[in-house]
Amino acid sequence: MKNRTKLPNIYLAFLIILMYLPVAVVIAYSFNASRQSSVWGGFSFSWYKELFSDRSLIEALKNSLIIGVLSSGIAGVIGTLGAVGMAKAALKSKGIIEYISTLPIMIPEIILGMVFMAYFSLMKLPFGMVTLVIGHASFCIPYVFMMVKARLAGIDKSLVEAARDLGASETKVFLDITLPLISPAIISGMLLAFAMSLDDVVISIFITGPRTNTLPIKIYTQLKTGVTPKINALCTMMLLCTLVLVVLANFIGRKKPVKD
Amino acid sequence: MTIKSRKKNKSNLWYGVIPLYLFTLTFVCGPLIYMLVLSFLSRAEVWGVEKVFTLSNYIKIFEPVYFNTFIESLKLALLTTAITLLVGYPFGYFMAKLSSRGKKVMMLLVIVPFWTNALIRMYGWIIIFRSNGLLDKLLMGLGLTDKPLKLLYSFPAVLVGMVYALLPFMILAIYSVSEKLDWSLVEAARDLGATRLQAFLTITIKLTLPGILSGVVLVFIPSMGLFFIADILGGGKFMLVGNLIRDQVITTRNWPFASALSVLLMILTSLIIWIYRRVTHVKDLEGLV
Repeated sequence: MKNRTKLPNIYLAFLIILMYLPVAVVIAYSFNASRQSSVWGGFSFSWYKELFSDRSLIEALKNSLIIGVLSSGIAGVIGTLGAVGMAKAALKSKGIIEYISTLPIMIPEIILGMVFMAYFSLMKLPFGMVTLVIGHASFCIPYVFMMVKARLAGIDKSLVEAARDLGASETKVFLDITLPLISPAIISGMLLAFAMSLDDVVISIFITGPRTNTLPIKIYTQLKTGVTPKINALCTMMLLCTLVLVVLANFIGRKKPVKD
Repeated sequence: MTIKSRKKNKSNLWYGVIPLYLFTLTFVCGPLIYMLVLSFLSRAEVWGVEKVFTLSNYIKIFEPVYFNTFIESLKLALLTTAITLLVGYPFGYFMAKLSSRGKKVMMLLVIVPFWTNALIRMYGWIIIFRSNGLLDKLLMGLGLTDKPLKLLYSFPAVLVGMVYALLPFMILAIYSVSEKLDWSLVEAARDLGATRLQAFLTITIKLTLPGILSGVVLVFIPSMGLFFIADILGGGKFMLVGNLIRDQVITTRNWPFASALSVLLMILTSLIIWIYRRVTHVKDLEGLV
């Protein structure tokens, strides 16, 4: 009997180790003094120094952060309002619009990238930051929308009704009761959206301009053309950012809405 | 946007849908319709698109060069899905049986790679698979092989990359149904004399089916389009639908043909989602958020 209970844990641990192995390798090699990744030349911070003196990388990082903040911000507003509105609206087109709005995270990214490229050039939008923000917002919105929608469904209706019965206006009820209850969902949805924006390479490659680089595009071109160990340091920095985001989202998302 | 009943619209909050409607119509619906239109237009001699109706883009897909790419992609996607299911099912299932503290920790551990840039994770595999890289050194050190395996830029490397990138989707889908599973049903079956295996096959599998299907959809669909994994770990030797579309758009600039390919991929995707909904009667995919 004891063996039976241990086996699952061994399996879980084994897979987790395997999942983190490539990440651990990247981190380890970011401190490698040697230029070749097959040789361990001792511990060093030199790649980090080089990283921070590389103008184009810092520029790409700045772009990625701006795009991430803007697109997750737009998603926060449109997604939240949309989810709240959908719950109240009696529109026939509701179902179909909801379906279409979540398509960007359902269909393969490559389709989205391709159609955006064609569509944006049809609309004569300048390729660069503008197109990147719109493109990223399209797949950020569904994350916020779906999370807020799920949280709305879990809210105790009697709270809202009680406040209404006591004479509060609808706007007041929304601001004082509904919004605080759904805010953890909004924030964790936006954080997830931000992470996805920071992660995206497939769509970005299609809709970026000739002079605009994002961090993932930069990493992708380096991986294809030839890697300098600087990329290890860059990846490690990005990992650190992600970790902070996940912990933050987990911390905020854990506060469950009052149900009883 | 017809309004069904004014009664429910007493509330003013429904105005909130307006930005969502506008964005969805302009930046999701619009591009998709444009793609459909493009796929029926002809390619101009030198640059751009000519407004002449044609079906040739769709016929072109069935030329052996392109059709084989589609079939190869499907094969890789199916193989990826099957492996992620085999590896991910026990993981999600065991995870659901942990203590609530254990679950939280595990959840965090699974989510971190999921949020992490896929390129970074692929890069880790390059270091591992590279000729004379970590894996070769390990295997040669153990005396299992005597020369480098040359795993990088091979089919197994691409497969590992795909499975690795998409596994978290499967795990989360399986976990989210397993967690809600009514274990008393399994216990009842055991009390009534079913063996562990029988109870698992007849009760557990059936109850977790929505999660299995959701995981299959969540893994299968993206795996058709992830061109960069085939690029980075396959060294350009493997042409998948994703790579084909990318090349048609960026290198060859044949937008109508790329659109036709995308339309076909889109139809395939919608079909899978439609089947999923018919089978499970669920609208949202299990474990997506």
